[in-house]
Amino acid sequence: MSEYIEHDRDGVSVGIVEKKLFTFAEPPDEMVLDNGAKLGPVTLAYETCGTLNSDKNNVVLILHALSGDSHAAGYYKNEDEKPGWWDIMVGPGKGIDTDKYFVVCSNILGSCMGSTGPCTTNPKNVQPYALDFPVVTIGDMVAAQKKLMDHLGIEKILCVVGGSIGGMQVLEWTVRYPDMVVSAIPLATTTKHSALAIAFNEVARQAIMADPNWNNGNYYYGPKPNLGLAVARMIGHITYLSDESMRLKFGRRLQDKGDFSFNFDADFQVESYLRYQGKKFVDRFDANSFLYITKASDYYDMEKLYGEGSAVKAFSRARAKFMVVSFTSDWLYPTYQSKAMVKAMKKNGLDVSFCEIEAEWGHDAFLIPNVRLTTLMRGFLERVCRETKK
Amino acid sequence: MSAAKPKNNSMRYDLQIIASWIEPGTHVLDLGCGNGALLKFLIKNKQVTGSGIELEEGKVATCIEKGLSVLQGDISAEVSDYPDQTFDYVILSQTLQQVYEPDALIRALMRIGKKGIVSFPNFSHWACRMQLLWTGYAPVTKQLPFEWYNTPNIRVITIKDFRKFIHDVGLKILNEIAINTHSQDRYGKIIKFLPNMRATYGIFLIGNK
Repeated sequence: MSEYIEHDRDGVSVGIVEKKLFTFAEPPDEMVLDNGAKLGPVTLAYETCGTLNSDKNNVVLILHALSGDSHAAGYYKNEDEKPGWWDIMVGPGKGIDTDKYFVVCSNILGSCMGSTGPCTTNPKNVQPYALDFPVVTIGDMVAAQKKLMDHLGIEKILCVVGGSIGGMQVLEWTVRYPDMVVSAIPLATTTKHSALAIAFNEVARQAIMADPNWNNGNYYYGPKPNLGLAVARMIGHITYLSDESMRLKFGRRLQDKGDFSFNFDADFQVESYLRYQGKKFVDRFDANSFLYITKASDYYDMEKLYGEGSAVKAFSRARAKFMVVSFTSDWLYPTYQSKAMVKAMKKNGLDVSFCEIEAEWGHDAFLIPNVRLTTLMRGFLERVCRETKK
Repeated sequence: MSAAKPKNNSMRYDLQIIASWIEPGTHVLDLGCGNGALLKFLIKNKQVTGSGIELEEGKVATCIEKGLSVLQGDISAEVSDYPDQTFDYVILSQTLQQVYEPDALIRALMRIGKKGIVSFPNFSHWACRMQLLWTGYAPVTKQLPFEWYNTPNIRVITIKDFRKFIHDVGLKILNEIAINTHSQDRYGKIIKFLPNMRATYGIFLIGNK
């Protein structure tokens, strides 16, 4: 996921939001992870907007992707240059209408944006966890979010929605806590990574680990593996775009020059763009978190976890109404993967809508202003909201 | 044959007839549901639960915006995923003539649904017959407005053909109505005398024997 944060064209915003922290699993009651390891205390950073109604049945839980955070919409303070990462979708009158819904977005376990992750201090030795942080799974992230819901007194979630790795969490929610989830919108996602997706993640991880500054994950008191993390981000950006979008956006155009420089500076615009994105990323993201979250996404296999390898069996646990959305130019999570989950949902008699949106912007299309996606979200949410009240 | 009393003239006339056949509170699948007019009408007026399948992204989006459960895909492929007897009615309105394997589709319809409702333009309407007889050109009519080289209507079906087909594949016709429509197909009348000659569309309710 990249940060295509754009101000809403109409200037409509949910306004000032506040990042909150919720801590649980204090020792000796640590959280038991999928791999058997114990972790505690665990903190999740989260934000809310809109108002929880008295029936507590208007909750929309937003699940973010690899490099996202709890800041889905609005501003922390008036002077902020940029709003939250999905401000185009979340706000008054928007696709996820904060006048109607109580929106919760929590930062995932293992991240570095306020939640417990490898850069957090390990209470046992008062040092950053680094590689002592246990390998967490998509299931662990969702189990932690469930604790947050319990803390907020929420028993039913009207809709869980998310794209990419956020979409994996959406799917996990529907089978891990099927009775809590009324509806679900998995966007541009998959029940399990393809070899292609794992391959790109592995190259990105290798770039980080090959950086001498990485130092086996122990870099918190010295120079950071910025070069490695920047290359990892560059690889990611290639997978988030598409042949078509790169041709339209860059082509073979040169950056601020009329001819090749005949050295190894960034000649092409696409080179310059990737270098810029990589450099920008290292200021805000932790290299170890990148390793942990990409590993969690590679490990995720909903079919194996819940269906002994069968998607149909896995979805037999689900009770939610689904709207699955894919994008034509997404080569990281291609439409065939969405169609496979739709097929499994149908075989279980689940209520499922599916739309493949024609979009040239590749995997990142769900983060870019798109009238079609906005109206789909609005229509689907209004329906499930209406049907819930019946 | 029961005479239908259509109520909603904002819908295509054949859809009004189809709607009149659907029992309230049933579970319905609309194949090739277009902009979802029939589904929306049935949910609102007959309290059905249901979903649709539509190929075009724009129409799918229109349906979902309206609050319908619709998925994008090719009907011939999509029907195979549903468990047996999932629906009370499976509707195929004005699409059969565009299907590559109509017999397989009708069989799939009757596997996933208890009853099927099929409507199609009648190729043996007198206007078609006259054009072929007097001009020698493949017919081009208001209901079938394409030339042979650009028509999506690859199957030439008449009301008599369809009756024979249902018999041949071992199914049963539970009801049939032949209609003649005008004014963008919103209004029409039921044709009882010489329907194969005089009707522009045939509508059939079919079931297993």
